[in-house]
Parts: sequence; structure tokens; C-alpha cells
Amino acid sequence: MADVNRGKRPLSPFMLGQYYKFQITSGMSIAHRLSGIFLVFGAILVVWWFSAAAAGPEAFARADGFLTSWFGIIFLLLPSLLAFWYHFLNGIRHLVWDMGKGLDIPTVYKTGYAVMAGTVILSLLTLIIAF
Amino acid sequence: MVQLTLPKNSRIVAGKTWPRPDGAKNVRTFKIYRWDPESGDNPRLDTYFVDLDTCGPMVLDALMKIKNEIDPTLTFRRSCREGICGSCAMNIGGINTLACTWGIDQVEGDISIYPLPHMPVVKDLVPDLTHFFAQHASIKPWLETKSNEPSAEWRQSVEDRAKLDGYYECILCACCSTACPSYWWNGDRYLGPAALLHAYRWINDSRDEATGERLDDLEDPFKLYRCHTIMNCAKTCPKSLNPAKAIAEIKKLMVERRL
Repeated sequence: MADVNRGKRPLSPFMLGQYYKFQITSGMSIAHRLSGIFLVFGAILVVWWFSAAAAGPEAFARADGFLTSWFGIIFLLLPSLLAFWYHFLNGIRHLVWDMGKGLDIPTVYKTGYAVMAGTVILSLLTLIIAF
Repeated sequence: MVQLTLPKNSRIVAGKTWPRPDGAKNVRTFKIYRWDPESGDNPRLDTYFVDLDTCGPMVLDALMKIKNEIDPTLTFRRSCREGICGSCAMNIGGINTLACTWGIDQVEGDISIYPLPHMPVVKDLVPDLTHFFAQHASIKPWLETKSNEPSAEWRQSVEDRAKLDGYYECILCACCSTACPSYWWNGDRYLGPAALLHAYRWINDSRDEATGERLDDLEDPFKLYRCHTIMNCAKTCPKSLNPAKAIAEIKKLMVERRL
């Protein structure tokens, strides 16, 4: 909107959280984007893990060692798990919206809380099954 | 483009604290955005104390009391004071709403008041809405027909008229568009929730005969498809309308007409 900012007019403040209340609506939308970006990053690591396995035992030990180290588990595997289930469930929510359904605010909040709860539950279930 | 900070000339500096009313017991603190185009200074945040025992219940009542009794230079738009003109739209306590229909008791703690977000400021709480109204005009907000003019009015059945409910009530206060992060960052090309709700109001009108042209005009990566169903618009609408639903219906029509 810079082109309508004639003269020296200031831009009114807008930043989420600081000036515009952080709400489920915008918060979950941003989280959907961030989780999507994180998943692309995670997918690259999975490819690295598989190609290391194909390259030989030494390469695999290096990749596997990094990914299953405390750093890998806390900063890569656990966030990937949460991002996967969040993006999956919220993606379904977006598909329903694209069909023109569930767009009233009470439903948006209900499905929003359901997605957040589902993300935690499915991530825990995945951890229980995997380990 | 995604922008996360304010330009240098827009950063808010500490402002003036105006005197407390004498002997008042029921006082609320108002922190209000001020910008004077004549000073050339950066915007500032002024603090006012309002005695609620001698003030009406709405945020607009407090603004008028401040202007009448404390600081006559405070500038804001207002007219109908009953939520139908849309003039007093502003950011109150972190959400966009109309000062005249938002109760002072609906805000906790200090009451912060800013102009509508991410807009050029004319003065204090008055944003420049030129571009916003131009976008509304661009969707041709009037009846377009091709058939011969009827001798009396264009007829519409009760059922077809009911399809406009929830869309015709928009007062163009700009609360929704300026609550939309996508509009903040792509508002130069994205039409925003208010203009798109109006677009759907005419697409959805049984008497309108330009539906195809209207959809052609919106078939654009920016005008329509910068809506990412964030839903801040519906959350904030002071008339409880749902622009996100209107936009979803337009997107559906775009797909349906290709099948």
C-alpha cells in the first residue's frame, strides 16, 4: 500500500500480537505455513537419511547418529512430528473450508481447538508406536 | 510483500500524559495514537484519564468526552453513533471494531486505541481510505443488466432476495480488510474481504446479468486468491457478517464454471 501513502503519512501499526490481538484465526494460519515450510526441510533430511543408507554403513551411521542425537530429536524429529500432524489435520480443515463449509466463527474455533488437540494426541500415539 | 516492522517515520514514540480528573473515583486509562501532519514528528501514544461516572458507556463516548473536556485537538471520524455509518472504525484493545458499538467495559486494563491497521494515517485516528473505496468501486457495486428494461422495477422472488442476507448489510467500515494480514501485505493488488463480499453480493443477485464478467474480472492471482482463509475478517466484523464465506463461495463458482 506504499503507493497510496502520499507525502509523509505514517503507516498505522499492525503487527500481530503487539498491535493486533493474536487470535486462533491468524495464529493457526501462520502455524500452517510454518509447519509446511518445516516439513519441506524435514523431507530433505529424510532424503539425506535414505541416501546415506544407500551409500553405505559409514555414511548411514553418520546421518543416523546426527538425526537420533539429542539435538536431532529435540530440534528436528519432534518438531517434524508435530508439524506433520498439525499440517495434515489443519489441511483437512482447509479442504472443508474450500467446500464452503464450517466457515462460521464458532465452528472455526471448535475445529481449531480440535486440530490442536489432535496434533498432540496423534504425535504422542506416533511416539508410543515408534518406540 | 511481508512486512514485519513499521517504517522509520511510523514508529511510535512516548507521548504526553494528560492530567487526571479531580476527585474522580471511577477512572479508566486510555492510550491513544496521535499523529499531527503539521508537526513532522513521529506518531506518539498519549495517555488520558476518563471519569466513567460522568461518561457514556461506549468507547466513542469516552473519545468525545476527551475531545470536549481534555484535549480538543484529538481527531477521529464519527457520525451515526449507532453502528450503521461505519465512520468510527478503529483498532480498540487490539481488534478492529466500531467505537460506537464497543463498550468500555468490553476492554480489560488500559484501553489502547489506534487507527485501522496498516493504513496511511491522515491524522490521529483517521486513516486514508482512498484505496479501499477505489477497490470497492472496481467491483462495480451496482446492478448490471443486458435484457430490456422492465416497465416497473426489476422483480426478485422472496427466496432470491433471501440469498442476499448476510451480504447486503455491509457498511464498508473497513474493519475486516484492515484486520487481514494478507491485505496488509498485498493490499495494493488483493481486493480484501470487504470489496470481495460486495463482489459476491452482486454475483449472488438473481437480477444481475453480468455474473460471467464479474467472475472473469476476479480470476486473478492477487485480486481474489490472496485470501488464505485466515478468518480474521469474520472474527472482527462489527456487523457479524462473514466475508470469508463470501470469498469461499466466489472460489467455488470459479471452479464450478469450468466443469
